[in-house]
Amino acid sequence: MDSPVKMHTKDLNFFYGDFQAIHNVSIDFTQNQVTALIGPSGCGKSTYLRCLNRMNDLIPGIRVTGKAVLDDQDIYDPSLDVVTLRRRVGMVFQKPNPFPKTIFENVAYGLKVNGVKDKAVITRVVEKSLKQAAIWDEVKDRLNESALGLSGGQQQRLCIARALAVDPEVLLMDEPASALDPIATQKIEELIDQLSSKLTIIIVTHNMQQAARVSDRTAFFYMGKLIEVNDTDTLFTKPELKQTEDYITGRFG
Amino acid sequence: MKRQNIDKTVRSGFLLVALFSIVALSLIIIFLFLEGIPILEHVSLKEFLFGQYWYPTDDPADFGILPLILGSIYVTVISGMIAIPLGVMTAIYLAQIAPATVSQIVKPIVELLASMPSVVIGFFGMVVVAPFIQQLFNIPVGLNMFNASLMLAFMAVPTICSISEDAVFSVPTALKEASLALGATHFETLVRVIVPASLSGICTAIILGLSRAVGETMVVLMAAGGAAMIPTSIFDPVRPLPASIAAEMAEAPFRSEHYHALFAIGIVLFVFTFLFNLLADHISYKFRQVGEASL
Amino acid sequence: MIKKRLRAQKICFFLLKVAVAINGAALAIIVYFIVSRGWRAISWEFLSKPPTDSMTMGGILPCIVGTVSLCMTTILFALPIGVASAIYLNEYAGQTKLVRFIRLGINNLAGVPSIVFGLFGLAFFVIVLDMGVSILAGGLTLGIMTLPVIIGASEEALKSVPKPYREASLAMGATQWQTIRKVVLPVAFPGIITGSILGLSRAAGETAPIMYTGAVFFTPDLPSSIFDEVMALPYHIYVLATAGTNIEATRHLQYGTALVLISLIFGMNLFAIIMRAKMRKKLKG
Ligand SMILES: Nc1ncnc2c1ncn2[C@@H]1O[C@H](COP(=O)(O)OP(=O)(O)OP(=O)(O)O)[C@@H](O)[C@H]1O
Ligand SMILES: [Mg+2]
Repeated sequence: MDSPVKMHTKDLNFFYGDFQAIHNVSIDFTQNQVTALIGPSGCGKSTYLRCLNRMNDLIPGIRVTGKAVLDDQDIYDPSLDVVTLRRRVGMVFQKPNPFPKTIFENVAYGLKVNGVKDKAVITRVVEKSLKQAAIWDEVKDRLNESALGLSGGQQQRLCIARALAVDPEVLLMDEPASALDPIATQKIEELIDQLSSKLTIIIVTHNMQQAARVSDRTAFFYMGKLIEVNDTDTLFTKPELKQTEDYITGRFG
Repeated sequence: MKRQNIDKTVRSGFLLVALFSIVALSLIIIFLFLEGIPILEHVSLKEFLFGQYWYPTDDPADFGILPLILGSIYVTVISGMIAIPLGVMTAIYLAQIAPATVSQIVKPIVELLASMPSVVIGFFGMVVVAPFIQQLFNIPVGLNMFNASLMLAFMAVPTICSISEDAVFSVPTALKEASLALGATHFETLVRVIVPASLSGICTAIILGLSRAVGETMVVLMAAGGAAMIPTSIFDPVRPLPASIAAEMAEAPFRSEHYHALFAIGIVLFVFTFLFNLLADHISYKFRQVGEASL
Repeated sequence: MIKKRLRAQKICFFLLKVAVAINGAALAIIVYFIVSRGWRAISWEFLSKPPTDSMTMGGILPCIVGTVSLCMTTILFALPIGVASAIYLNEYAGQTKLVRFIRLGINNLAGVPSIVFGLFGLAFFVIVLDMGVSILAGGLTLGIMTLPVIIGASEEALKSVPKPYREASLAMGATQWQTIRKVVLPVAFPGIITGSILGLSRAAGETAPIMYTGAVFFTPDLPSSIFDEVMALPYHIYVLATAGTNIEATRHLQYGTALVLISLIFGMNLFAIIMRAKMRKKLKG
């Protein structure tokens, strides 16, 4: 591996109260690569992902031990500022969640809260982000209409554009296509492919083919533990462990 | 089958009972008008609503309720200036910021405040607050517009707070998370996403809270000072609409002009609150809260 | 930049906490004054004797009895009508125009000022129906005022009954009425009662609706029928504080009466709040 590691966790443990949802997970995420997290429902993929931008902080009674590091900085260091962290590590959710505002305002939101006041800059970044998210042509004539009028697939791409607008270094995606039809899904997958040249992407998916199609590396989780992580090709063709093989071939449980 | 016939009958029975609220409301309106309209035989509507002198027991009597209307409007506006920020801020705190343990304590406090009888609050304004502000501001009487507004505010806060809290609380977490994930602070998320998304609920809450303040009787009867004059300062005594009715009904001879005038004041009061409620109903129905995007 | 944003957040959250503290302080101050100045007036005699010496001495027994009997009348009238209305709205009615109209009526009834209820009670119950100033007229006036609260509480209780309960019963061939009576109402019952207690506690503290319909200045005798006029705690406070023969000298009686009234009301509220918390726990698991 010659490219640098953008983000990694080392022996990360996560607790919801007394319940330990993540056990000693260590993964390196290489810069400008797509890493897929797969595993059966309830194995802790979302929990792990949400550790990486500290979204879990919102839940009362949680506890984290071990390390999660972005560049050289421990993101659970008490002196670290979560707001800045979340700007650097963007997130796209399973269900599209546009704000009940106009399309333009949705994308401009992150810029505005981050203190960008220059209208020209905002307009330029909004356009660029919408283009990056491959939705510009569909919405360019209705930027001032409510985002809630878009279709599900469009809303999800709008949410991606919104995340891109603040220029994140890492993008976390939690089953971003699970609520979409095949065509919208394909669009999102193409998008991930293009974005990976500039961003480090970590994506949770239930769809094995999708993981195989979009990712460079794949990590398999089971019951809160990392079972195996490897290059996607290797993991899907020559898994090291029987457990992994059973899962990806559907002989699971 | 017989069983099903019984079921139909039962259903109609329940419908009849459910109509009772409409019947009661209609009866209230009918009787207010029946007893209130006759005053128009003595004064014109314009003289009644905009007359500046309320001397119902003089001979000849004056039935101008402008000072009373203004009294009501002023105390409501001033109490709104206190109660709206207090109520909405408390609601936001409870719904979005407070740890569970804190809101478990604060919510019952708000409920107890809501259950405080108005006569006790009026009494408190009279015997504790009045002497206090009289000394503090060095004014001749402590029973005045300011005192009544302050007391009214504490009657309106629980209404505003509990309805706004529902609205703020029901903003989907997904929106909050979306904003935080973009690097907005918790506070920016509140101001730019959560409050706008719950604005219709908050407006409804404010309207209902103010409507409660307009119609509140005992507080203004006991703490407002009772002078039927157009106030020129916040420390002037006033006599809002409900206070006039409550204070004078005892001395108004049955079906006298004065009696009819008091019912007519009741109509004005009713119209005020009726409009408030229609507005609240309209807002909450028309601008139903926008939830998560649907697929 | 980010420091500034976080500082703004800190300041504003602090202000929110101040707002909460003001509410708490307001309640605490009112309760403190009533309790600290009222408890000395409380004695067995105060609770069990009628007022004497032009209401400058003695107790408040007739007021307690009056308030309780007004409340009984209120609940006997409003509970059946309220629950039945809620059953219709929640169990039978769909989203029809009529239902929206009924709801509009209930909402507006809830917003009618208390003194207007008093006027109505005077014109309708006292005069037209010739009940005179009596427990019945006052109780019915309070009952109409309480109705929206009881309907709201009952509807909420009915809504919290899980759908599968109803479906299971209907699937066994029970009619809707049988389902409501045997399945829905028993589950909703505690919620209905809790809500009704809250509504009743509001009625107990109201003064304006009973001033001219049920309560009088002074009557030495306890009521013997629902056609008797009564004294009532909230009205008694008002009377002593504004029109008594010696307002300053009876301060302790005023505070004492206020203490009895808020104890009664807070007691009802606490009971309802605790009962509701217990019910929620039970529903959860
Ligand atoms: N807020 C929470 N409080 C307590 N336990 C939780 C919470 N959220 C998730 N869990 C538990 O943590 C475990 C992991 O959940 P998580 O949502 O991370 O799974 P997942 O792999 O994303 O599943 P899915 O594929 O269904 O989305 C589960 O057992 C779940 O029940
Ligand atoms: Mg998940």
